[in-house]
Amino acid sequence: MLKILVVCGNGLGSSFLMEMNIKKVLKEIGAEVEVDHSDLTSAKGYHADIIVGTKDITSQLSGYAKELVELNNILDLEDMREKVVKALEKFENQ
Amino acid sequence: MNILQFLMSEVLSQPAVLIGLFALIGLLAQKKSAADVVSGSLKATIGFLILGAGAGTLVGALNHFSVIFTEAFNITGVIPNNEAVVSIAQEVLGTETAMIMVFGMLVNILLARFTKFKYIFLTGHHTLFMAAMLSAILVGAGFKGVTLITIGSVILGFVMVLFPAMAQPYMKAITGSDDVALGHFGTTGYVAAALVGKVVGNKEHSTEHMKFPKGLMFLRDTTIATGLTMLVLFLVSVLFAGPTFVESQVSGGQNFIMFAIMQSLVFSGGVYIVLAGVRMIISEIVPAFKGIADKIVPNAKPALDCPVVFPFAPVAVLVGFISSFVAGIVGMFVLSFVGATVIIPGVIPHFFTGAAAGVFGNSTGGRRGAVMGAFANGLIISFLPVLLLPVLGALGYANTTFGDSDFGIIGIIIGNIAKLFL
Repeated sequence: MLKILVVCGNGLGSSFLMEMNIKKVLKEIGAEVEVDHSDLTSAKGYHADIIVGTKDITSQLSGYAKELVELNNILDLEDMREKVVKALEKFENQ
Repeated sequence: MNILQFLMSEVLSQPAVLIGLFALIGLLAQKKSAADVVSGSLKATIGFLILGAGAGTLVGALNHFSVIFTEAFNITGVIPNNEAVVSIAQEVLGTETAMIMVFGMLVNILLARFTKFKYIFLTGHHTLFMAAMLSAILVGAGFKGVTLITIGSVILGFVMVLFPAMAQPYMKAITGSDDVALGHFGTTGYVAAALVGKVVGNKEHSTEHMKFPKGLMFLRDTTIATGLTMLVLFLVSVLFAGPTFVESQVSGGQNFIMFAIMQSLVFSGGVYIVLAGVRMIISEIVPAFKGIADKIVPNAKPALDCPVVFPFAPVAVLVGFISSFVAGIVGMFVLSFVGATVIIPGVIPHFFTGAAAGVFGNSTGGRRGAVMGAFANGLIISFLPVLLLPVLGALGYANTTFGDSDFGIIGIIIGNIAKLFL
């Protein structure tokens, strides 16, 4: 199963919230994907397929996942849905 | 009869089991699959045990630091670190904390349902920290049993809507909508920053027109930031205390520089363990809380962790952190000058609350607002912990304390009121 990891500085608040929102989107589009959240340090050893985070976070994680999803604003659900769906499509085509 | 006694004294008095049971109820209420229910309840329980394991690691390093710092500068220094103080609280007040946390969440839902404060406080780790502080203060003041849990939960539920309500007018200005609230117990500092910003600055001159180096972003990584700060603090302290003292009294013969390096990294590792535990607990508790709240509170506003405002003014985030940290250093010198307990500025509280204060200050007073507002926040979190220490009861002697401003405000108020009942 594909693994999405949502990352923020502390791995407690923001990433957890984004994880709940992403799970909602995945349920709506019927995708079976594992989603988890963590802090920056743990993210590097997680081997996720897709890493989601704000720009200041993802800029430090290039190379640690096949696909990076960069969010401008963690509250912008439309933006998140669009970018996550786009990232998932790349894996479908493989 | 023996079964009841066994339940009371062996099962429900185990905070880890208690949290597991709460998670179990929450997961069942959400009608999760059997696999999710089993793994979720176990994870919450294990998370609580991990939290306790981190405590041992942290406290050892912290105690060494305290001895060396006192010898080096002849003053008592305290490092505010929420994870450290809460992990210590778990060992002595675990059951009380767990009960106050869960019932406090229920009070939050009731207040959101029946008053105009429609806030659901979703920053689970801060709920846990506040529950730990309230149980320490109330137990210190002599409360126990049902009275303790009732008073603690009512206060907790109340502050879970009060602080988001205080921040909301500014949140509207920052996010441009009324859908999201701020749920973070550093709100006193943010509101102060916004008020200072209004007085000293002009919101048209926003920080976001400035150019600023992005190099400090690696401090978003808590483990690294904690390790580096502790390294600097430890090294300075052992240099002033001298190799003879460190090697004969504290390190058991280990070279003093190596001891400083290893202990600071051990501390950082301890924080990492505690955070891992907290993460496992709140991952199971918060969705249940949110699920229940969504069902019974129409038009609820989620109150979220402070980084939620960071993307709205990223430059203010860095300006705010630096300004708040400088204020922390100023505060440290002022405190040592007057001979009080010295609050050593920690990178974590100054990064997260200083950054958010910068964003709040910027929203009312632009550049100058961000700088001065965050500076005000930095002073607040340097001085409040000194006043908080005497009311923390057993936790007051722990060489560490709560970092964010609202813990100070609530702790001092409740602590002094509770003393009247002694």
